[in-house]
Amino acid sequence: MQIFHNANYNFIKWRWHAIIASMLVVAAGAAMMATRGLPLGIDFSGGTYIVVKFEQSVNEEQVRSAVSSIPGDKVVQLYGTAADRQILIRLPQTATAEQGTSLEQGALQVQQALQGAGLPKFEIISRDIVGPVIGADLQRRGIWATLASMAAITLYIGIRFRPTFAIGAIVATFHDVFVTLAFLTFFGYELSLNVVAAILTITGYSVNDTIVIFDRVRENMRSMRKDSLETVVNTSVNQTLSRTLITAGTTFLSVLALFLFGGEALRGFSFTMLVGVISGTYSTVFIASAIAIILSQKRSKAAAPVAQAEARPGRKTKGAKAS
Amino acid sequence: MKNLNYRVVTILVVVALAVWAFYPPGEKINLGLDLKGGVHLVLRVQTDDALKLETETTVERLRDTLTRAGVMFGKLEATSGTEFVIEGITDDQAFRGAAVEPDAVFNRGSGAGRYTYTMKPNIANQLRGEAVTQALQTIERRVNELGVAEPIVARQGGQDQILVQLPGVSDVQRAKDIIRSTALLELKFVEQGPFSSEEDARKAYNNALPPDMLIVPGSADSGAAAGGAPATMFYVVRRASVVTGRDLRNARPTLDENNLPAVGFSLNQDGARKFGTATEQNIGRQLAIILDSRVFSAPVVQSRISDEGRISGAFTQQEAQDLSLVLRSGALPASLTYLEERTVGPSLGADSIRAGVTAGIGGLLLVIVFMLLYYKLTGLNALVSITVNLVLLLGAMAYFGATMTLPGFAGFILTIGMGVDSNVLIFERIKEELGLAKSVRAAVNAGFDRVWWTIVDTHVSSLIAALLLLQFGTGPIRGFALTLVIGLLSNVFTAVFVSRTMFEVVLGRRHAQALSI
Repeated sequence: MQIFHNANYNFIKWRWHAIIASMLVVAAGAAMMATRGLPLGIDFSGGTYIVVKFEQSVNEEQVRSAVSSIPGDKVVQLYGTAADRQILIRLPQTATAEQGTSLEQGALQVQQALQGAGLPKFEIISRDIVGPVIGADLQRRGIWATLASMAAITLYIGIRFRPTFAIGAIVATFHDVFVTLAFLTFFGYELSLNVVAAILTITGYSVNDTIVIFDRVRENMRSMRKDSLETVVNTSVNQTLSRTLITAGTTFLSVLALFLFGGEALRGFSFTMLVGVISGTYSTVFIASAIAIILSQKRSKAAAPVAQAEARPGRKTKGAKAS
Repeated sequence: MKNLNYRVVTILVVVALAVWAFYPPGEKINLGLDLKGGVHLVLRVQTDDALKLETETTVERLRDTLTRAGVMFGKLEATSGTEFVIEGITDDQAFRGAAVEPDAVFNRGSGAGRYTYTMKPNIANQLRGEAVTQALQTIERRVNELGVAEPIVARQGGQDQILVQLPGVSDVQRAKDIIRSTALLELKFVEQGPFSSEEDARKAYNNALPPDMLIVPGSADSGAAAGGAPATMFYVVRRASVVTGRDLRNARPTLDENNLPAVGFSLNQDGARKFGTATEQNIGRQLAIILDSRVFSAPVVQSRISDEGRISGAFTQQEAQDLSLVLRSGALPASLTYLEERTVGPSLGADSIRAGVTAGIGGLLLVIVFMLLYYKLTGLNALVSITVNLVLLLGAMAYFGATMTLPGFAGFILTIGMGVDSNVLIFERIKEELGLAKSVRAAVNAGFDRVWWTIVDTHVSSLIAALLLLQFGTGPIRGFALTLVIGLLSNVFTAVFVSRTMFEVVLGRRHAQALSI
C-alpha cells in the first residue's frame, strides 16, 4: 500500500498564493489580538483560579450571581462537561495581592460567597493563585525559552545546510507560532504555561518536518546538478510527501485522542497541538521551501549560476553509522 | 553474524535494565502534584527584615558600649533598614576609640559630633543571601516535621524566592501557616504593666520611654481569661531578651496547671545558665513570654528556673502542637510572603491520571493499528520499537528520579509520535529504494543509511529546543522537557539500532525475495 505512487504535484508554483493565504490568517489573528488583547492565563497575568465541584448540579448563572459581590472582572464557566458538576471561577490580579497573606484573599471571598449563597454542598478541587511577581517572571521565561530555542535551531540549520534554508525554516516556524496564537485567540483559549509548552513543541515539530525536506533537497542537489533549485525542491517535497502526511496523520491522531479524552487540564495543550500539527505540515510544504527558493534566487541572481549545489563536503551517505 | 548476536544481546540487556529500574512502577515512578494532589508554593523571603535586624542590633550594642566607656552622646537611632545616626557627640576622639565595632559592617560618614552609618553593600548582599539560606533550612526542618512524603524545598528563580512542594497535603492552610510563622520566641522582664492601652503605657513614663525599654502588646493573663474575648493589653518590657528561641533545646505540647493545652520548652546549656542567673536575681518580677512580638503570658518568677519553661495561652491542642513544631525548627530570619499557590485536590489528580492514561493508550492504539495496516509485517517492527521506546523512557525516568506530571505525560505521547516518525521515514525510504528494483537487503541498507543523517538533524534540533526548555522553563514545563530529552535519545536507539537489528535478524535467516511493507 502506498499513499502516493510517484507523487508529482507542483507545490512551488503555488508558493505566492500560499504566502498570501498565510499572511491573511496571521493578519486576522493579529487584528483580533490587537483589539481583544492576547488572552493571557493567570500563569502570566497573575490572578486566581478556583475549580469547585458541587454535589448537585448547578448552572453557571447561579454561581455567577453568588460571587457577584466580589469586585473585579470575574469569569465563571463550566469546567469539563455538565455531568462533572465542576465550575471554574477566575479572579483578576488585585493590586494588593502581595502583602502578607492577602494573596489568597480573593479565593477566601469566593469560598465565603459560595457558602452564603445557599448553593448545594461543594468541594474546592483545585486552587491556583499567582502573584504579579511570579506572573511577570513566568512571562519573561516563556518568551526567552521560545526565542532562545528558535535562535539555536536557526543557527544549527544555518551550519548544517545553508543560511537561506535556515531563514526559510525559521520563517515557517514563526508562521506556525503566529497561526497557532491566532487560532487560540479566535477560539478563546488562554495562554497558559501548558500552552506555551505546546507552542514550543510545535516549533520543534515544524522544524523537524522542514529538516526532512531540506535533507532530501541536499541529497538531490548532488544527483540533479542540471536542474534548477526550484525543480530540485519540488521533487524533494514530492518524494517525502507520503512520509510528511503519514507522520502528520499519526501525530494528529494521538493529539486528537488527547484532545477528546485527555480531560480538561490538557484541553488547551492538545488544542494548540492540533492547530500546530496542521499548520506545521502546511508551512513545511508551502512556506519553508518557498522562502528558501525565493531567497536563493535573489542571491544567485546577484552572484553566479543557479544553485551551485553547496552541499557540504564529506557528507556522503557512507558516513552513515546506523549499525 | 557474531556482530548481530552482540547487538541483540545489547538490546536485551538495555531493556532488562530499564525494566529493573522502573519495576514496580507504583513505587519507582514519582507522580507530580498535578497527578497526586497537593500544594505548590512559592515564597519570597523579605530579606530587608534581616538587614533591619542587623542595624537595630548594632545600634543597641553601640549604645551599650558607649555607655560603658562613658562616652557622652545625644540621639542614637536607626533611620532606615540599613542606616543609623548618632548625634550630640562632644568628644570625637573618645567616640572613635570606643565605637570600633560597627565599622566592620557599616561605612561611617564624615563629620564631627554627628555621624551617619550606612551598611556596606557587600555585607548587605551577604546578609540577604544568608537570610534566604537560613529560611530555606528552617522551612526544610518544618516540612520534614510535618511528615510529608517527598517534599521539595528549593531556591527558585530570583535570589529571594523559595519553592515548596508538598504532595498529598490536604490541610493546605495549616501547612502554609506553619511554614510562614516567624516563630521568634523572646523572654523579657516586665518593667510595668499590663496597661489597657499603649497610650497609658507611655504616660507611665511621662511620654519619654527610656531607649532600653519597649512596649509589646499581648492578651491579659490567660489564667484570668474565663470566657469572652481577651482584651489586648500592653506591657512595658526591657529591650534586651533574657533568652530567645536560639537558646531552645526542645519544645513539645503539654498541659498547663489548668489542664489546658500549652507548650513546654527546655533550654540548652548556654541558655539554661543565662536563664538561671537572671531568674535568681529577679524573683518576684514578671517575665514576659513573647512570641512574634506578642506577649503570650507574663508569669511571676517564683524561684530560680534553669532549663524548663512553659508557654500558655488560649491554645487548642492542634495549635500547641504546631507551635512546638515551629519552635523546635527555629525562628525564621526574616518574614515570608507567598507569591504563588497552586493546590490540586486528590480527586482532580486522580481524574487527570485516568484521562491522561485513557488518551495516551487510545492514541497509541490508533497509531499501532495504522502502522500494522499500512506497513503490514514491517508494522510489527515499528510496534516493537515503540514498545522498547516506552520501556526505556519509563526506566530512564525512574532512574533519574524524574517526576511524572501531566505535561510530562504529553511529552510521552509526543516522544512516541517522534519515534513513529523515524520509523515512517525509514520505511518510506525502503519502499522507495525497493521501487528502484533493488534487492530487499540493499533496499533496507539504503533506507537506513540515507535516512540516518535526517534523523540526526531532526533529533538534534528538537534536542536543542528541549534543552532550552529545561533551562528556562519552570515547574510543569521542565517535566515536559525532561521527558522529551530522554525520549529523543531513546528514539534514536530504538528507531535506528533496534529496528535495524530486527530487520537483519529476519533477513539474515533467509534470502528474502520480498518484504512485507
